[in-house]
Amino acid sequence: MLRIKRVPTVVSNYQEDETENVSRSTGCGRNCLNKCCIEGAKIPLYAFKKLNKISGSKGLCCEYENSVPPVAFLDSLLLGEWEDRMQRGLFRYDVTACETKVIPGKYGFIAQLNEGRHLKKRPTEFRVDKVLQPFDGNKFNFTKVGQEEVLFRFEANENGNTQFIPNDAIDLENSPSVVAINVSPIEYGHVLLIPRILDCLPQRIDRESFLLALHMATEAGNTYFRLGYNSLGAFATINHLHFQAYYLGVPFPIEKAPTKKIMTLKDGVIISELLKYPVRGLVFEGGNTLQSLSNSVSDACICLQENNIPYNILIADCGQRIFLLPQCYAEKQALGEVSAELLDTQVNPAVWEISGHMVLKRKKDYEEASEENAWRLLAVVSLSEERFQEVCALIFEVIDTVDAENTEGSSSMPEEHDDGCLKEVEARNNTTRPLPMTGTKECLV
Amino acid sequence: MELPLGLIEQSLNSRYSLWVREALNDLSDNFTITDPCIAGHPIVFVSPGFLKMTGYTKEEVIGKNGKMFQGPETSRSSVMLIREAVREEKEIQINLLNYRKDGTPFWVFFQMTPVFSKEDGQIIHFVGVQVPILKNSRKSRCGFVRIQGDSHENEFRACKSFLGSCRRELMSDSISELDCTLNRDSQPDSNSRGVEIEEPCEACDDEKQRAAIAISNILFVLTHHSEVTGGLVCERRCSLPRVGILCSSLNTSLNRIKQSFVLTDPNLPDMPIVYASDEFLKLTGYTRCEVLGRNCRFLSGIDTDSSTLFKIKESLQSEQACTVRILNYRKNKSSFWNDLHVSPVHNASGKLAYFVGVQMDADDKKQDEHGLNPKTKQLSTVGAVKVAVRSLSMTVGCSQG
Repeated sequence: MLRIKRVPTVVSNYQEDETENVSRSTGCGRNCLNKCCIEGAKIPLYAFKKLNKISGSKGLCCEYENSVPPVAFLDSLLLGEWEDRMQRGLFRYDVTACETKVIPGKYGFIAQLNEGRHLKKRPTEFRVDKVLQPFDGNKFNFTKVGQEEVLFRFEANENGNTQFIPNDAIDLENSPSVVAINVSPIEYGHVLLIPRILDCLPQRIDRESFLLALHMATEAGNTYFRLGYNSLGAFATINHLHFQAYYLGVPFPIEKAPTKKIMTLKDGVIISELLKYPVRGLVFEGGNTLQSLSNSVSDACICLQENNIPYNILIADCGQRIFLLPQCYAEKQALGEVSAELLDTQVNPAVWEISGHMVLKRKKDYEEASEENAWRLLAVVSLSEERFQEVCALIFEVIDTVDAENTEGSSSMPEEHDDGCLKEVEARNNTTRPLPMTGTKECLV
Repeated sequence: MELPLGLIEQSLNSRYSLWVREALNDLSDNFTITDPCIAGHPIVFVSPGFLKMTGYTKEEVIGKNGKMFQGPETSRSSVMLIREAVREEKEIQINLLNYRKDGTPFWVFFQMTPVFSKEDGQIIHFVGVQVPILKNSRKSRCGFVRIQGDSHENEFRACKSFLGSCRRELMSDSISELDCTLNRDSQPDSNSRGVEIEEPCEACDDEKQRAAIAISNILFVLTHHSEVTGGLVCERRCSLPRVGILCSSLNTSLNRIKQSFVLTDPNLPDMPIVYASDEFLKLTGYTRCEVLGRNCRFLSGIDTDSSTLFKIKESLQSEQACTVRILNYRKNKSSFWNDLHVSPVHNASGKLAYFVGVQMDADDKKQDEHGLNPKTKQLSTVGAVKVAVRSLSMTVGCSQG
């Protein structure tokens, strides 16, 4: 069994040391989210309209065509509620007082000095060699957070348009999906999305939950508001299904990296490989519907977690681009293959670090932050080229199968030695829009 | 969301003489002029050549954002690079896949350059030139450079030869330029892996030169026509924005927040207002010139409670947020109860940069049962200001404040 010791991030003020945690079954008196207290609680509900199609003629924007949502999701609701919690003093520190800079260089890595994030907590042992672990109600989970840490519920409106209900009573029949603050934020607006919180799902991707996360990125509609996910073994510390999100108004290096198309799936989803970036990864974009994009990513994630491969996900560009990054840092760390120099920085390369936003704990590291240092760390996080290709093969096998099940005809093949002219000839020949190119077509050209 | 056409018209008219459109129309290049100071960064001028190339009419383009020409196969990382250039008010040259009105895609060499006010260094417009990359001229050299191994020298030589084959003359400086491009793309670490570099649409020097010439022609016209109005523009930022003036990307970000608020600068003597939103002007009846540079105390009057003023002063001194109900006065001397919230705003270095004051007319407070409560709305303005100030002070060039 592989284990590493690390200081867990405190995401809630109700997160006690595991050992001191006594299970409480009835009326705990803390106004928590568990069944003991949540009955009759009123939490604002943002019910989004399910997007069947990515609207906008070019499949680029998911804006509302005719109706204006009653409340601006990001700019009014999320920021307003977040600032309210800040005024109430619920955060462990003021993140806007943390120094941040863009490291000079070609890539624009972002460094933040965050000395407050990891204080006051003892290192805990984490098992890192099992991506899927059963939910353990005795450990900290989000049903234990106080209701004041919850900003609002975020759920699909099954019938109709986007709706906002300021005082909506919780219906215990349906487990609510909630957005809560992270009391140790790494940027302004740092929140957690916890799908169906009372169902106590372990940290593992399923189609429905991933679609919910994608919808949140779409509703926010701002390129600088991204969602992220860490699997167990890839620096998730809480085994209760959650996504993270925050607002940072600069492009991440990973978003600027060039990509090379590997294949187009039947439903229009394009899978590319990340180039010229220290961490090897796949990029998913396009798709005839938000759901098809969501499904292909979730299927890839399910494949990884079932094969026990730790990974991180970045949902960028308003939900239009998803980066999938298998990693092996924790494994290397447990095996003693990470240099002491890197370990000393105590940087945990989770999704944000991998995307290029480095949260540093020591002033020294912040002052000496350079592109080379960031690159060196991330290079250790990445799978080797050989292993990456193996992992990709696993994913493509599953995605191909899933694709073939859903549609008739042959599934797409990776266009290995495709050249740019081919792509362009095809683009020129195609006079109708949009361009859902199938694999078969591509092989013909 | 339709923009008032007047605002678009005004964008060119306020800076250039009335004949500027005519002069720009005479240029044969494909270009647009956009105004980053208007919400949504709309196109305010489009050249006839550009319309011909894309198949759109002028009415379909004016007022829209340039992203309307992008489509499903447009590289998102290229779009990110353009966005970054806009944000940092820099020039950019990039190969881009655009779409015509009929949905057909085409490759262009896109060069975009900012236009600044000579007087105060504020950004005025962006000029974006698009040179189509021709199919036949590209065929000989375009597509795909496959380089095995990781030697940078190899990469360089390969590109040099493939470029050489398609060009009539090889200018020495363009090779060194190419070298720079390659350097930019290479990894800072020796641990690089052999990759296939897909450049489906690398523009050749002909196209790059055409873009550069077009840019300089357009800038010539703009400079010439700005002389008449006295609001001279220039290509390079000649003077730094004056102290107490916000950098324009911050100004642009703040303009998007549709609430009544002001920013004051505690680092300047007497903490003057450095930004006032349109809603603030509407609420108080003052014009922007009348409030910028002044301390907020002009809003108080004879019946304003001095203990409330003291409370505000105290929170400013301790750099804490506070909420008070204070009697304020409009320009026409009428008074209103202001549910004021004041909060410190830090820049990316974590230092105090501004105070934001968000006003709310207490009589105007109606609880919308389908909307947010007014208090949350007020706080969301604080949040939006904090995000804007923090984000825009992370990179150099906008480090003021």
